[in-house]
Amino acid sequence: MSAAFIFEQLLNSLQLGVMLFVMAAGLTLVFGVMGLINLAHGSLYMVGAFFCAWVAGETGSFWIGLGAGLVAAAAAGAIIEMLVMRRLYDRDHLDQVLATFSLILIFNEGTRWVFGAQPLYLDIPDALATSVPLPGGGGYPLYRLMIIGFGVLTAVGLYLLISRTRLGMQIRAGESDREMIGALGVDINTLYTLVFAIGAMLAGLAGALVGALQSVEVGMGEPVLILAFVVIVIGGIGSIKGALIGAILVGLVDTLGRAFLHQLFALALPPAEANGYGAALASMSIYLLMAIVLAWRPKGLFPVNA
Amino acid sequence: MLEMRRENLLNAGIALLLLAVPLVAWAIDETYYITVASRVAILALAGVGLNLALGFGGMVSFGHAAFFGLGGYAAGVLSHHAFEGSAFMSWPVMIDGSDSTLTLWFAALLLSGVVAAIIGAISLRTTGVYFIMITLAFAQMIYYLAISLPTYNGEDGLPLYLRSNLPGLDLSNDLTFFFVCYALLLLAIFLSVRIVGSRFGAALECARQNENRLSAIGIAPYPVKLTAFVLSAMITGLAGALFVELNGFVSPSILSWHLSGEIMIFVILGGVGRFYGPIVGAALFIVLETVIGGYTERWQLFLGVILLGVVLFARGGVIGLLAGKARHD
Repeated sequence: MSAAFIFEQLLNSLQLGVMLFVMAAGLTLVFGVMGLINLAHGSLYMVGAFFCAWVAGETGSFWIGLGAGLVAAAAAGAIIEMLVMRRLYDRDHLDQVLATFSLILIFNEGTRWVFGAQPLYLDIPDALATSVPLPGGGGYPLYRLMIIGFGVLTAVGLYLLISRTRLGMQIRAGESDREMIGALGVDINTLYTLVFAIGAMLAGLAGALVGALQSVEVGMGEPVLILAFVVIVIGGIGSIKGALIGAILVGLVDTLGRAFLHQLFALALPPAEANGYGAALASMSIYLLMAIVLAWRPKGLFPVNA
Repeated sequence: MLEMRRENLLNAGIALLLLAVPLVAWAIDETYYITVASRVAILALAGVGLNLALGFGGMVSFGHAAFFGLGGYAAGVLSHHAFEGSAFMSWPVMIDGSDSTLTLWFAALLLSGVVAAIIGAISLRTTGVYFIMITLAFAQMIYYLAISLPTYNGEDGLPLYLRSNLPGLDLSNDLTFFFVCYALLLLAIFLSVRIVGSRFGAALECARQNENRLSAIGIAPYPVKLTAFVLSAMITGLAGALFVELNGFVSPSILSWHLSGEIMIFVILGGVGRFYGPIVGAALFIVLETVIGGYTERWQLFLGVILLGVVLFARGGVIGLLAGKARHD
């Protein structure tokens, strides 16, 4: 096991971590401001990926595709907010879960209807299809480094948006007391639609970026959605800082678990069994992490106090 | 009082209707519908289990597929070993496979109950959205475990060639199998009625409404809720064992989070906290699936739209619609 391999795995976990952050930030923002638990967040991720792949395929440009993916996800978000989500803010979590679960069924079948059952493929732009040499030998794909960059930019951008702008001020006010900011003359409906569209756009960004690393297919958002839930549960639901820390933790545990656990087992077991048990434990590792965190702090690492 | 009587009549009607469908199907030799009725009875049983936690205990578990799947795997794996003539484990104790129905049911109840005790003990430290998500996450953990462990074919699943042996009955007869499922379903509903009506049920109802008040009168809410959660999981686990026998197949798909969502849908469609609600919910779900699925392969789209409509505009589910509001909360 070389230093370059370990370094590469660390970069991989960082890449997974920032992607999860982009995904989880939207989820936790919507929960923090509107108190809504949105299972259809993964569908918005899928919408972003599909539109990016489709437009990139038609125009030949990844970047135009990326723009289209973001716009499509934000628009889809705004539409479902106005048609469905708005009616759910006052409901209990059970209704929210069911309504957004129904949306997943609708989005999945709708996407299959529009784009067909075959997966789409999205190519990495030529300029980024190279590797950067790593210290200690080997190389790391430039595209993955760019994803990390996008993730960091998103984190900084969200921080500035929420702490420095007028919209951010309204969002923070909305988190602590929705009736009050309504009484102060802020148009709550528009604010909510805007916040939801921002969250949707973030999901679309994550989907489009990851779309170039894997195939773009119906249902691709669901595993990511559940990981994003694990992230925000670990971080504390509603906390963006918690989402960042949670995402990095989950990225590390998942990637390193997959890379090294079977080697650890191989010290004590024959290779075939070590691989089997290693893979099984690796796939469970983040849920174990979550269970440990929640057993220790039932409201996550950075609880948001109501 | 009038509404209570209306709900009782409705419940009797529901139970008789579910019994009538396979009898008619048998009489006119449409055996496919006997299997459909068995499916409804089994899925309704899973819903009755969830209803105990969700409807009466207020615990919104989004991970009941874990217990359904564990029950299914417990039964499936044991009967797989019995068919192969191999042992399930030889160390530290010798456990052979089994083709006895009662053993399979016992294994399903035991496994889902033990795992529910562990999952519940951790999850019940949390409330609200955290509880929803942590139960979902635990179910995913078990799902991925089943996929990645190569011993029982991982993702591909295990075929089971024979139904198990219940003394005095021939389960390979579809109608007999339905009667067994139906009897277990009614038994589970009867148990729910008795549990909810007992002192324990009163404490559970109180825990749902206000845990502080329950503590104030000297009953700790946590053990009450944990007990209800485990009972709920065991009923759902038993349904899983029946489901695997009905299909003659066990695979990780019975552990998937879609199934958790569907079991929840059975409960909501029928009416949360209504004893016979899950039967209506499961029956409606299967009917929609069959009817819309007959017209278009895009049935999930329409199912989604209908479900969305029910959640947004028809609160209280079908029984709430027909029998009126029963609970005062």
